[in-house]
Amino acid sequence: MRFRGLRDVGDPVELAAEYSGRGADELVFLDVKATLEDRATLVDLVRRVAQRIAIPFTVGGGVRATADAEALLRAGADKVSVNSAALERPELLTELADRLGSQAVVVAIDAEGGRVRSRAGTAATSRGAADWAREAEERGAGEILLTSIDADGTRAGYDLELTAAVAAAVNLPVIASGGAGEAAHVAEALEVAQAALLASILHEDPARLESLRSELRGLGVPLRDAA
Amino acid sequence: MKIAICDYGAGNVRSVELAFRRLRCEVVDDVSVADLAVLPGVGSARSAMAELRVRGNDEALRLRMEQGRAVLGICLGLQLALESTEEDGGVDGLALLPGRAVRLREGRVPRIGWADVDGDGDGDAYYFAHSFAAETPAATAFSEGVVAEARAGSFVGVQFHPEKSGAAGARYLGRLLAELEQLSSGNSYSLAYEGADVAGRAGAFLSRG
Repeated sequence: MRFRGLRDVGDPVELAAEYSGRGADELVFLDVKATLEDRATLVDLVRRVAQRIAIPFTVGGGVRATADAEALLRAGADKVSVNSAALERPELLTELADRLGSQAVVVAIDAEGGRVRSRAGTAATSRGAADWAREAEERGAGEILLTSIDADGTRAGYDLELTAAVAAAVNLPVIASGGAGEAAHVAEALEVAQAALLASILHEDPARLESLRSELRGLGVPLRDAA
Repeated sequence: MKIAICDYGAGNVRSVELAFRRLRCEVVDDVSVADLAVLPGVGSARSAMAELRVRGNDEALRLRMEQGRAVLGICLGLQLALESTEEDGGVDGLALLPGRAVRLREGRVPRIGWADVDGDGDGDAYYFAHSFAAETPAATAFSEGVVAEARAGSFVGVQFHPEKSGAAGARYLGRLLAELEQLSSGNSYSLAYEGADVAGRAGAFLSRG
């Protein structure tokens, strides 16, 4: 059972330490380099985060080649997430899996109306999300990070239909993302996905993570004792 | 304690290093001088075995086993210690442990997330991320039916990542180091359990301290 805290602004290192301390199962850093100057600084960020936490973390944003991924893992990240680069060149997934192991390779899929969007959601494709997830699995991906653009930021719940469809299409663990507003949403998402990612509801108040975990336990969701 | 981590040239070994440093160990480069040699849990079998050979670490590890000196395998490191693995079309391992690694047949694969280990009296969960699992008579603990820990001679292997299992993982490594210190009256360690009640002993180990 997992859920994760996602941060894309602010001081990622301090937030990582805070989320870890408050019981996050894993952390995901996506497109952090938009807040940093260049790739070398992203590696430095990873190094500093690794210094502070002892839970798994995934880094994504601009990973285009195995060398990029290797640099991030050597610095202390556990998994890399690829999105547009894999859509444009699916062979990348096999290259990454062969070198790093598929358990270190996450494919991030952003979907709107069931269709995959690339380039941070700005470009439409004709690909169905479940279909691309299936191909990603065949190519060597180890996990699917599925973000519903429709649900993202609404706080009205995850896109359960999309998530269930993608989860049914693959035998990989699927992380649901987009739409969490309360514990009940997370509990619902964990019925159809293997993990749930939270972003905006934690951005504004990281301490919320602890109360969410209690509420989830109250709803019967088994969570580890993070002490 | 001096810890040497075998580097496969791919993946995150830094977290293992940090975990041992937090436990006040010194991390050294030379596998032959370390109190504990660690086979980390990243990468894939074929390329990791190739790197072990290129760096001479395969021989160094076999020598350590002959001398009864401690080796810890984590995740892939446990699998490489077996006689072989099905991964990457079939790869010969180091044969430090009897048995082989096979692809998980149930559930979603890779098996990723936190899970309890049977016999852990503290009820601690540990982090797993793997597509293959050990089939070995040397198993000492299980998690959801999958081998979580195995021991033979001076080798101990875990399928989970103690360096990624937060406080629980740090406690596990701490107990292992304490065990090594207790045994270090000679220079050789047997980390294997004698006697029939393996699951009970595994429980005792994992929940002590």
